Amino acid sequence: MTRRKPYVRSMDGWWRRNPHFTRYMMREATSIFLALYAGIMLLGLVALADGETAYDTWLRFARHPLSLVLHVIVLAAAVFHSVTWFAVSPKAMPAMRVGGKPMPPGFIIASQYAATAVASIVVVLLAWGP
Amino acid sequence: MERTAAGVREIEIEVLRYHPERDDEPYFETFRVPFSDDMSVLQGLQFIKDHLDGSLAFRWSCRMAICGSCGLMVDGEPHLSCKTFLRDYHPGKLRIEPLSHLPIERDLIVDQQDFLDKLSEIKPYIVPKDTRSVEDGTFTQTPEELERFKQFSGCINCLLCYAACPQYGLDPRFQGPAILALLHRYNADSRDSARAQRMEIVNAEDGVWGCTLVGYCSEVCPKNVDPAAAVNLNKVNSTIDYFSRFLAPRGAGR
Repeated sequence: MTRRKPYVRSMDGWWRRNPHFTRYMMREATSIFLALYAGIMLLGLVALADGETAYDTWLRFARHPLSLVLHVIVLAAAVFHSVTWFAVSPKAMPAMRVGGKPMPPGFIIASQYAATAVASIVVVLLAWGP
Repeated sequence: MERTAAGVREIEIEVLRYHPERDDEPYFETFRVPFSDDMSVLQGLQFIKDHLDGSLAFRWSCRMAICGSCGLMVDGEPHLSCKTFLRDYHPGKLRIEPLSHLPIERDLIVDQQDFLDKLSEIKPYIVPKDTRSVEDGTFTQTPEELERFKQFSGCINCLLCYAACPQYGLDPRFQGPAILALLHRYNADSRDSARAQRMEIVNAEDGVWGCTLVGYCSEVCPKNVDPAAAVNLNKVNSTIDYFSRFLAPRGAGR
């Protein structure tokens, strides 16, 4: 008869045990805010299709101080998500080679910031441009 | 201690104890251990076993980060205890536990069977494309072909990455970082021909898709294997594998 009795430890509260796990859960949790914001934008689009009154109502909601606070929170969440995602992205990509040498992780991260900057400038120009 | 030379200090080590025939659950026991600057955590445990409590059970072998036997949790982080030094925790104490996410067999010894079973499944060896005789000579590879898998061949099966992977802790059916990195090591080898069989493991529910890119596995790896990169590289391979079956003519390949 075996005298083995392997003890399996509980995983309760695992994400509080290590700062790395906490940061990971925060990164994952920010996606809730991003989904929420996508929902708000979608409602705006529906309101726009519904006509002027509906769209004006949506705009009034969007300009409410509480909505502005929410926007600041969502922005912070989006920045946190992007920064942490950019940081891990070199691991999530197929090994790219330039002239036979693997592309340095720093270059992959930097190019994403560059792409974000270009996309942001295009959006700002579209929204406020002539 | 015979050699109580100058420079010997004392540190408190909390060790998780568990005796399967006596205990219902693990508990902490504290030892005071004299140490010098060059003493590793493993040597601290050896001092406990030699001088304070001979019943303390832990695995070790090479003492130089090659064998992969002495992995432990030190203050909640996975470490090779031979490569971690007591001086870095002084003053104050350190807490030693068996590797997280694995069943405790006794004291600091974990049950590795699940890993070993998975390891034998992935064919962790080269399945040659063609048979060669001695006259044919050796298989040759270019430096670039070597570089594709070399990093992943550094794995010493120490299981620190499993202790760093909450997905494995939550569901041990997940193949986990080292298995997927080792699998990739052979799939990425130009001499190998068993890729199609290994891809079935990669593509499965418990394959690469069980990973959510926590990324801690690559940080704790003592040999810089970067299992997170191997796993996520294979998410791309798995996707290509899935879609290519629609493009490939019937009966070709798979």
